[in-house]
Amino acid sequence: MLVKSDIFKIGSAIPRADALSKVTGQEKYAADYYSPNFVWAAVKRAGVPHARLKSIAVEAARKLPGVLSVLTHKDLPGSNRQGIIFKDQPVLVDAKIRHCGDAIVLVLAEDKPTLNKALHLINFDYEPLPAIFDPEKALEERAPLVHENNPDGNLLQHISVKVGDVKEAFLECTTIIEGSFEVPFQEHAYLETEAGWAYLAEDGRLVIVASTQTPFRDRFEIASALGLNIDKIRVIAPYLGGAFGGKDGLTVQSLLALAALNSQGRPVKMWWDREESFLAGVKRLPARMYYRLGAKADGTLHALDCRLYFDTGPYAHLSSEIMALAMEHAGGPYRIPHTSIKGWCAYTNNPPGGPFRGFGVPQVTAAMEQMIDMLAAKLKMDPLEIRRQNAVRQGDRNCVGVTLVNSTGALDCLETLAAHPLWQERKKWKESAGPFKLRGVGLTCMAHGSGYGPVIPDEANAKIELTDEGKLRIFCGVSDMGQGNASTCLQIAGDILGQDADSMELILPDTDRSLPSGSASASRCTYTYGNALIRAAQAFKQRLFERASTLLMIPTSDDLSLIPGGIRHLPSGKEVPLSQLAQLMDPSERTCTHYYRAPVAQEKLELHSSSKVFGLPHILFSYAAHLTYLEVDELTGEIEIKTYLSVSDCGRVINPQIYEQQIQGGIAQGLGYALSEDFIVEEGKGLTPDLSTYIIPTTLDVPEMVSIPVEIDEPTGPFGLKGIGEISINGPLPAVANALADACGIRVSRSPFTPERVLSAMKEKAPHEVKP
Amino acid sequence: MPSDRRVIDILREDLNLTGTKEGCGAGECGGCTILVDGESRLSCLMLAAQLEGRSVTTIEGIASEDRLHPLQEAFVEHGAVQCGFCIPGMVLSAVDLLQRNPNPTRMEIRQGLSGNLCRCTGYQKIVDAVKAGALKIK
Repeated sequence: MLVKSDIFKIGSAIPRADALSKVTGQEKYAADYYSPNFVWAAVKRAGVPHARLKSIAVEAARKLPGVLSVLTHKDLPGSNRQGIIFKDQPVLVDAKIRHCGDAIVLVLAEDKPTLNKALHLINFDYEPLPAIFDPEKALEERAPLVHENNPDGNLLQHISVKVGDVKEAFLECTTIIEGSFEVPFQEHAYLETEAGWAYLAEDGRLVIVASTQTPFRDRFEIASALGLNIDKIRVIAPYLGGAFGGKDGLTVQSLLALAALNSQGRPVKMWWDREESFLAGVKRLPARMYYRLGAKADGTLHALDCRLYFDTGPYAHLSSEIMALAMEHAGGPYRIPHTSIKGWCAYTNNPPGGPFRGFGVPQVTAAMEQMIDMLAAKLKMDPLEIRRQNAVRQGDRNCVGVTLVNSTGALDCLETLAAHPLWQERKKWKESAGPFKLRGVGLTCMAHGSGYGPVIPDEANAKIELTDEGKLRIFCGVSDMGQGNASTCLQIAGDILGQDADSMELILPDTDRSLPSGSASASRCTYTYGNALIRAAQAFKQRLFERASTLLMIPTSDDLSLIPGGIRHLPSGKEVPLSQLAQLMDPSERTCTHYYRAPVAQEKLELHSSSKVFGLPHILFSYAAHLTYLEVDELTGEIEIKTYLSVSDCGRVINPQIYEQQIQGGIAQGLGYALSEDFIVEEGKGLTPDLSTYIIPTTLDVPEMVSIPVEIDEPTGPFGLKGIGEISINGPLPAVANALADACGIRVSRSPFTPERVLSAMKEKAPHEVKP
Repeated sequence: MPSDRRVIDILREDLNLTGTKEGCGAGECGGCTILVDGESRLSCLMLAAQLEGRSVTTIEGIASEDRLHPLQEAFVEHGAVQCGFCIPGMVLSAVDLLQRNPNPTRMEIRQGLSGNLCRCTGYQKIVDAVKAGALKIK
């Protein structure tokens, strides 16, 4: 029979609780709901990047047999505006189309072929408007306006942070390096595309099952967009088939809600196909970054000036927050006494920008880590040495001037990497390249701040129940999108409450049953919910002991111990089953909840901004150092990554298997961002609209990876841990760029580093070398 | 049923076997992999008529009554499952691979599974699992 872990000890690599149901195909995702009388729903999308909507012709579609309903903005109650901070996105376009994926008409039909026919029969009349596709150009005076009523034109947000006196400081530098870098859109490409299921329950409440990272917040957005009472909306989040930020916020939910209100009582299914996901889903914000870095003769960093331009596309989403987090990491994990960091986030008619694992940090890490290597090269310093010299320690200030009060393992990561055979033996490896191959190694060091920052409360409400059968029902309040936090909840509860897989049950987020616990994002899932859960479990343990000592007629609960399914009095050996204990407890006593709010930075940043800044500064950072072995083919420009080493400080490791899962997965996505994921947009239209044109890594594109944890206890973290979900995706692009420079002396300023770009750069550098 | 109904729709909608997943509908991702007469096929590209006289095995069918398939056990034990959406297709591709090559090297495993996309794992633990599964089968 399958190996089952009986003891959920913190620190052990027990297999995940959800693995069994997933490996047998039993687990139901939001995309897996069907019923005998369900209805399909889908939207007709704009297909043009910027236009005034004049009229919509739906009659032909409405008349088609098998079509239940064809809805436009006219059929929408409520504000018809959704959005997380700014409600600037229509559910169905009423006046203006702002990107090719804007939804215009919602159709409900009996089956897919009818649905597709109906969508084809819908036409709309529009007046094309001049469009804008470049974030820097969008800020110029005569640029076409994406939101005419925005007083700042196409500017969503401008933030400027200064520390010290950067102008003076550059005069004191002996070496100054300048660089500019451009990073593109990145598509999440989760295997389960946006999907959901909705129906009106008998009591008139709307039930929505969705692949969502934000079930609680979704209710607010849906209620506001459709003019509904929030109490009438229930959102359930099953396991997601991947999300990585792309399901943070509304995707199908408001459309499903509207559909369910118009489906004559029948359940509705919406499932975006891959092309629709590419067209309409949010993407990593492209960025253009201009850096100027100065150092003293001995390699001490002294001054940093950077200007960052982010492209949010048509809607605000969380782009201002993404830029804020990027700015906080723009200087990397280094001590730099004088900085000026400026960011502009602009609206364009490009595809919509939004959260993607890393949330702005991959973009700036790509720039800063290349700058460090360029500086090292100019100073003839070893790239590890210059990083070691400048790496922050606990108590130092980061590049926006905030003191690093919590555990700061940057140096420990670098030192662990330095001692590793892969670093020690790098020269030997490089020298043994085969014919027409050049080899290089690339190093990066990075930080990643977790949580929401000082404004939006980063809070969770944990809940545990003792069922009348005596099982411990653990509520996972935060969506599990594959990162394993649900399983970790069981491990935490099992450890504290002494239970095993058979004596516990897991409930996934359901706004009717679990308590608000925030989004599955910001590397906060286990940190914040885990802290709440530990406190709930400890409080519950006390209560169970008190009741047990009454039942056992013993004076204190001191000698009691929880065992799977029961409580044992150690001196006498007497046991009481939890099922019996449950019968003697009032139902109100059988539930235990606990609130936790993550601490925030006490310091106030000196910054200027065009509108309110959320999410800056942070107070808790994870750290990592990466090393990659790269081989480039001189004839084809093709890069092969031979080995990848990551050393990470994410606090203590609760489950080594889950730790590696997160690190390895992030590295793979980072390698795709670096090498093959070329998201091409022309005049607002995506030219890589599916998985045959947008290439994500396969088994043959990701090397064997070594991931080593540096376990520095983080006292504020549950069992000493810090966030781990995002940090590893920050390393690969600059590691690859640095390795490429090491191999053949070239840097490609625009990623991904496709063979064409590499070959062009090689030819530019050495045009006289004739290659067959 | 219409002879041009997609096999993946027959499985998921008509037979309520939602273990087989659709990730792209275009044969790119491998998520819809099933076994037809024991060989791996992409069900999103197959039509009903192609199943005439053939046997089909989906992820729901590879465990025995009281025991998981050794590959399923290995996937669980080695942490190869994260979001899990690619897993049914991945496991069936691995079943097919091990039938043809019962003792593959890590590189041969990677080659055999190169038609199955995964966005969560970075593949390493999947390769670990298939390697371990191969030993279990022996």
